[in-house]
Amino acid sequence: MAKPSRRQFLKIMGATGAALVAGRGLTAASEVHQVNNETLGMLYDATRCVGCKACMSACKRVNSDYGSLSYERAKFDPDGLWDAPQDLSGSTRTLIKLFKESDKEWSYVKYSCMHCQKPSCVSVCPVSAMTRDKISGAVVYNKDTCIGCRYCQVACAFNIPKFQWQKAIPQIVKCDLCTNTNLLKKGITACAETCPTGAIMFGKRRELLAEAKKRLQEHPGRYQQHIYGEHELGGTNHLYLSRMQFNKLGLPILKNDAPAEFSEKIQHTIYKGFIAPVALYSTLCFIAIKNMKGHGEVEKKPAGTSDTGETHNEP
Amino acid sequence: MSHDEYQRHDAKILTPSFITLLILTLIGFGLIAVRFIKGIGAVSNMNDGYPWGIWITYDVATGTAIACGGYAMAILIYIRNRMHYHPMIRSAILTSMFGYGLAGFSVMVDVGRPWNAYNFFIPSKWQANSAMFEVALCVMAYTVVLLLEFLPAVLTTLERTEWRTLQLCMDRLHHYTGINRPERLDERLEAVKDLGAWLKPRLDKALIFIIVLGITLPTMHQSSLGSLLLIASTKLHPLWYTGFLPLLFLINCMYIGYSIAILESVISSYAFKRPFETKELSGMARIIPWLTVIWLSVVVGDLAWRGQLPAAVSFDFYSRFFLLEFCLVAGGSLLMFSGKKRESIRWLFVSAVLIVLGGALYRFNVYLIGFNPGQGWHYFPALAELLITVGIVAFEILGYQMIVKILPVLPKLHTRQQLDAKHGLAEKA
Repeated sequence: MAKPSRRQFLKIMGATGAALVAGRGLTAASEVHQVNNETLGMLYDATRCVGCKACMSACKRVNSDYGSLSYERAKFDPDGLWDAPQDLSGSTRTLIKLFKESDKEWSYVKYSCMHCQKPSCVSVCPVSAMTRDKISGAVVYNKDTCIGCRYCQVACAFNIPKFQWQKAIPQIVKCDLCTNTNLLKKGITACAETCPTGAIMFGKRRELLAEAKKRLQEHPGRYQQHIYGEHELGGTNHLYLSRMQFNKLGLPILKNDAPAEFSEKIQHTIYKGFIAPVALYSTLCFIAIKNMKGHGEVEKKPAGTSDTGETHNEP
Repeated sequence: MSHDEYQRHDAKILTPSFITLLILTLIGFGLIAVRFIKGIGAVSNMNDGYPWGIWITYDVATGTAIACGGYAMAILIYIRNRMHYHPMIRSAILTSMFGYGLAGFSVMVDVGRPWNAYNFFIPSKWQANSAMFEVALCVMAYTVVLLLEFLPAVLTTLERTEWRTLQLCMDRLHHYTGINRPERLDERLEAVKDLGAWLKPRLDKALIFIIVLGITLPTMHQSSLGSLLLIASTKLHPLWYTGFLPLLFLINCMYIGYSIAILESVISSYAFKRPFETKELSGMARIIPWLTVIWLSVVVGDLAWRGQLPAAVSFDFYSRFFLLEFCLVAGGSLLMFSGKKRESIRWLFVSAVLIVLGGALYRFNVYLIGFNPGQGWHYFPALAELLITVGIVAFEILGYQMIVKILPVLPKLHTRQQLDAKHGLAEKA
């Protein structure tokens, strides 16, 4: 009796392995997700930015109530006169930084959510607290659903979602294209509305790409010949133009496939229609009940048989 | 499968180790209170780059693997039909129950907005793309299954109980307060007993289906614990980032499960001064090297396929941790391949320890050590953070110690020699 059960056991192991291998195979021939260029986004042109940080203060002014954002004090400022965040944080959704290579080589850069076309954070959120608005394309967070597991932070390749570590009632904070504030009232994000130099352009992804390509064509010497976000991780709605190399500005060099496609493919292959778990359960039930019956007969024999059980162990 | 296979361990509950564990537990739970009042940042070094720290890495990812003794034993007994291991399953299930229950509890400490956890039960919020969703539901379901699997131990005790401790407490309480005892108390206690007696045969009939569910669920969520990191393609080091993560985690939890079952048996035999179950353990130890060989081949084959073998032997920070993990698992398995070493409790113990350490280090490597969110981020657990984990583990051991002394959990010593051996040990002690 030991033999068939072992064979079945190995079969199950094999099936699990095969399912996983199949998962890999399928990924290669995946149906690629559709990029929707009618969704909203922003084009940040680092060569036009003067680093005035008006976007940062506009963002906090408009969104502070909605995201329970507070002002961040700096060490040099004991009177608390300025809001001086060092990085994106549980109180800051957008940030301007200066990268200085030499006195002649420097650039500002603006950080905020990239609003991916296939966002990892949305793919991993177990309770749908992070969602991508089908029409606007904005990746939106709902604190009333969020359980605070921070899987979105693990998943985001840009390290955008931030958690309020110092609060007893914390939440995730990230740019949501002013979905519940400025976009709702004025149809434009607060940062793009405020920017005095036109470094932040707000619009549909199609228009933004066209504008970026136009700028690259008109001033080829002024830019890196690359629109950051056009293809990165399956495309983002927040696009960048810059003179300096993007990775020097803290924008990582990334592949063109969305990580969420790969992970979802594996998860879906294993759990497609819940067939595999049900099949596993029924097979195991069949084996276990058969074994139990067999054992019942053995038990009726005089005691001591169980001690010999050791002999029909592994060969 | 009679319940006479198990017995209660007759010993005092209040021992020095009990008090030490109790103090550690209290410190841990005190710090948990601080976490809920002042926020996670007050006790933990977790940050936006390393949003998962030691609580998820140890208590959840590694803790549930260590709690896979019950899973591994159930496969061995019910699927591979080795019924003679049956007496060992109850203690394995008890440790699994504590492991999983407390992993769930740790999650509630770790998540920022636990009051929203009810969303897991609201279909419109379900997110089947998320490995976390699958892990959460499976772990919850499995904890319930473990409770049901353990219920027979409670019911058998209930059958025979005379409520002596309860009566004693009641007597004292009513003596101090001067209130009369409620008249119908005995009647009600009798009703509880009747309910237990009614439930027991029905539970026994359904138990096999629950047990098989207890095999299916860990197969699902242990592989999903690996899937959790599939999304972190840019952050997890290529030595560990592979599409085979789910398979590797599944096999990993199996060999950890058998090894931990061996360790539990050896340690509890030693601590409770019972004879060692050498024969059963060496039989069980035969399976482990086969599992580890499969696991190690998948690891090496996958690295070779992805062209990462040079990185594995480059002796940089990541390579060292990888090699350590690899050598611990391989070393332990080599020892277990030898039939002679398997007969010795000492070698069994050593090799099982090596394999558990190696397997656990693999999970640490995937969740923490090989995880790099980018420049400028650092994480090492804070003291308070560690003490919370220590407190939870202490509580686990404390509960195990107490329950084996209250309920029939440990395998019954039936033969004359075993009883004699126990007497001998007791006298020596």
